[in-house]
Amino acid sequence: MHEIGIMESAVATVLDQARLRDAAQIHRIVLRIGSLAGVEPDALRFAFEVAAAGTLVAGAELEIETVPARARCVSCDFEFTAESGFIFICPLCLGLCGDLPQGREIELARIELS
Amino acid sequence: MKTFTEPTGILPAHDPEQAMAWPAGDDGRPRGRTIGEVLPPAAPQAIDLRISLLGKNDRIAELNRADFNSRGLLALNLVSSPGAGKTALLERTLDEFGRETRCGVIVGDLETERDAQRLRRSHAPVVQITTGNACHLDAEMVAGGVDALNLEGVKVLFIENVGNLVCPVSFDLGESARVVLLSASEGEDKPLKYPPIFKSAQLVLITKIDVAYHLGFDCAVAAENVRRIAPQARLIQLSSRSGEGMAEWYGYLNSQLGR
Repeated sequence: MHEIGIMESAVATVLDQARLRDAAQIHRIVLRIGSLAGVEPDALRFAFEVAAAGTLVAGAELEIETVPARARCVSCDFEFTAESGFIFICPLCLGLCGDLPQGREIELARIELS
Repeated sequence: MKTFTEPTGILPAHDPEQAMAWPAGDDGRPRGRTIGEVLPPAAPQAIDLRISLLGKNDRIAELNRADFNSRGLLALNLVSSPGAGKTALLERTLDEFGRETRCGVIVGDLETERDAQRLRRSHAPVVQITTGNACHLDAEMVAGGVDALNLEGVKVLFIENVGNLVCPVSFDLGESARVVLLSASEGEDKPLKYPPIFKSAQLVLITKIDVAYHLGFDCAVAAENVRRIAPQARLIQLSSRSGEGMAEWYGYLNSQLGR
């Protein structure tokens, strides 16, 4: 349910940007969500309908880019992209990796407006 | 935003001579338009932002962290599913560890003061935050809780989060460390089913180990699952009822206090 709050924050940020740039229409909103962010894209889409209703953002297309996790091996310092799953094993030394430089993003990446 | 500079709207009747007088377009042909032609809408402009949607929470969390540091306070964010034994752990911790080291508690629930009443028996400063429908504590709620507490002499601040293994993941409270609890009644596979919260933990506590045998809960399997999902986290197995493992937990608290 925290997706509602996150989406309200997204809509408010987009409206600020639109005002700043004197935009009449918002076409597209792109979010970047890390695979370990604890945020569910489907719940975000639902929250978007609610948060955007009655604002300039309603009717804009919502795109959600998933950012894969990256893990760094503490034993051999090798860094790699974790394509799927949640158990990250270093492909070089087979050590378990818990150091995650990427994958927790919850960002408003891009907007398209006119 | 309008980007057209040429005449807009519906243009007058097409006159080749007049059209030729207009500036040429990219293809070299005059940019005149014929009757009834409506201009296309301005092309959308793409703007890269890369703005964190938790920016406000993260800013307040940093203020909390600076505040905790300046008070020399160890702040622990306790996260688990409802009923994993956070309050029971704190009751015993306040009774035993709290006797030597002054502790305070901020406890979050959707409703009631029940947990705060349980914890106040120890005479530690305790404040209950009722979140209404919010499924997690955020940094602003914690800042409000800190204002409501008398933290004089307090060395350890326990922040008992709302029982939830999903939503608290994204919300930094400014804590020194995040402690995730997994109780024997939940099954050994909880870390496999809820990886993000375990991945964000500095310490994982397997609780209620006194009843593990009766529940068919295999502590070694649970510990291995924690290690595979959260190799960064320290692991302690304990029971707030029997007291097993509590000394190791107090040892952890002392080590974090630099003792």
